[in-house]
Amino acid sequence: MATVDIRAVTKAYGSTPVIHGVDIDIHDGEFVVLVGPSGCGKSTLLRMIAGLENISGGEIRIGNRVVNEVPPKERDIAMVFQNYALYPHMTVGANMGFSLKLRKAPKAEIDARVNRAAGILGLSHLLDRFPRQLSGGQRQRVAMGRAIVRDPQVFLFDEPLSNLDAKLRVQMRTEIKELHQRLKTTTVYVTHDQIEAMTMADKIVVMHDGVVEQIGAPLDLYDQPANQFVAGFIGSPSMNFIKGKVQVNGTAAFVTPSGAKFPLDRVPEGAVGKDAIYGLRPEHVRIDPQGVPVEIVVVEPTGSEILAIVRVGEQEIACLFRERLSLAPGETIHISPQPGMTHLFDAVSGQRL
Amino acid sequence: MADIAAHQASHSSFRSWLSRVGQGRHLLGLLFLLPAAVFLLLFLTYPLGLGVWLGFTDTRIGREGVFIGLENYQSLFDDSVFLLSVFNTILYTVGASILKFALGLWLALLLNQNLPFKSFFRAIVLLPWVVPTVLSAIAFWWIFDAQFSVISWALIKLGLIDHNINFLGDTTNARASVIAANVWRGIPFVAISLLAGLQTIPQSLHEAATLDGATGWQRFRYITLPMLSPIIAVVMTFSVLFTFTDFQLIYVLTRGGPLNATHLMATLSFQRAIPGGQLGEGAAIAVAMIPFLLSAILFSYFGLQRRKWQQGGGD
Repeated sequence: MATVDIRAVTKAYGSTPVIHGVDIDIHDGEFVVLVGPSGCGKSTLLRMIAGLENISGGEIRIGNRVVNEVPPKERDIAMVFQNYALYPHMTVGANMGFSLKLRKAPKAEIDARVNRAAGILGLSHLLDRFPRQLSGGQRQRVAMGRAIVRDPQVFLFDEPLSNLDAKLRVQMRTEIKELHQRLKTTTVYVTHDQIEAMTMADKIVVMHDGVVEQIGAPLDLYDQPANQFVAGFIGSPSMNFIKGKVQVNGTAAFVTPSGAKFPLDRVPEGAVGKDAIYGLRPEHVRIDPQGVPVEIVVVEPTGSEILAIVRVGEQEIACLFRERLSLAPGETIHISPQPGMTHLFDAVSGQRL
Repeated sequence: MADIAAHQASHSSFRSWLSRVGQGRHLLGLLFLLPAAVFLLLFLTYPLGLGVWLGFTDTRIGREGVFIGLENYQSLFDDSVFLLSVFNTILYTVGASILKFALGLWLALLLNQNLPFKSFFRAIVLLPWVVPTVLSAIAFWWIFDAQFSVISWALIKLGLIDHNINFLGDTTNARASVIAANVWRGIPFVAISLLAGLQTIPQSLHEAATLDGATGWQRFRYITLPMLSPIIAVVMTFSVLFTFTDFQLIYVLTRGGPLNATHLMATLSFQRAIPGGQLGEGAAIAVAMIPFLLSAILFSYFGLQRRKWQQGGGD
């Protein structure tokens, strides 16, 4: 177990920079998820921690040791790959014990550690099989077993669940989280799926175009997104962004070009009269007879909730209702945001106001 | 009128026959197979059968033979030239195949790296394979010439030796020389096939092995080599078959000399059958190659190719 410190790390392929000065502190035993859309540099950053990619600038420390020039095998890390990267010509047991065999560990010790890991993951009856003969979920577990057997300082996961079907993904998510609670090994986990990030992480790092947009606990990111990108990325369905201006006419309100008035929780300094973006999560919209009149465009019931797309002026707003409302397209309803659940962003910079 | 009606009747019966054939899957299938089957029978099965039959006769050029049973084979067993040619063929095949495998694999590993001008080098490597065998054999003939050899010349100029090497006149030198020429010609096939095999090994396996602590040699030993083994089996089987039946290089370079030291079974078979006129005996020598070739195929099929981990899912 160890801390991982990433200091001003940059990465460039030739003259093309892909990571622009990233700083992340990862505490001992923490489960950190790097999340972001494709091409944001999260996998590259993980591979730099692993030592599979050179570090163009800055410093990565694992347990207070600068590892920039340390070869991968001496970093004492274990990685689970997206495609599992199991050795197809070795049995499950040999796959898991391969690193120990290379270290010339005694046979008895290899067997003991492989059996222990297989026990944890429920693979004991599969040790003599070849990867080809396993299901996707079993292969995933073998890949984790290979990491566990080594008892490394840090686990690295590179989109480990993206090759699994939706149901299995939820199940493995729970298993990985349980595993972390049991082993308490520092973990860095890369995914593009914000649900995975929210459910598993102690700390989420949201990346976008090679920069860190925000670092924080899952609920902090949900409640206090630092900018419009994080606000739109975290949460499903994603946050509504409504264009308009902050106006103070008696009471402060956010006014859209069509004249609809949304209440503000607070009026940020210097925001009055300027163009801004009003952020409102679909689940924070409620029916309110005194609210803003909107026209229903589409209704999508899912059983547990109803997603309604409504129109105010030219802008569409997604609303998520827990109640079984009878809504029909073309109808007009009145909505208002739950107090304390609105966000305001600068229209130009996208930063939180 | 009756004529036209009859014509129409025959026309329609032909059409109904066509449509029956068209609908019967088996009949139509056989019909499509026919051209290929005729070619195979005419150009492969018939010559092979004829060759085997000739081996049991005393046919000479210009004279029908009679069946003489195993007489040809019995005399071959006492024929020191034939036995020498068997030894030569095995030496030639084993020596050349080992060298082709080692050098071909090495070349494939080099070409699999991220070299500058990678595709250029890959194209260059194919050259010896593309050049007609007889042309390259003639080139080697000059390279190995007793008086004008470029190798001798270069070594003399470098001061390493003081007289020309007798490449094709000395038995040991001649064997080494023809093996070298065969290796040069055979490497591209091995190298390019193994390169194709190397590229099917996912990069992530190497990365996983690197993280597991494998050195470069260990990655080769535990990842590359086992994953390449099915392709190695196929490539080397083909290479052994090509080498064992080689004729052109030897015929151009040495014609089997000196003192029959480079006579292979194929060249001896030709020499006895065509210039020597003993068709029966030549055919017997050719037939004697079949057991060797079959055992090479069976060895690769059972020994190397079938691996449990390659077989599909299920228990």
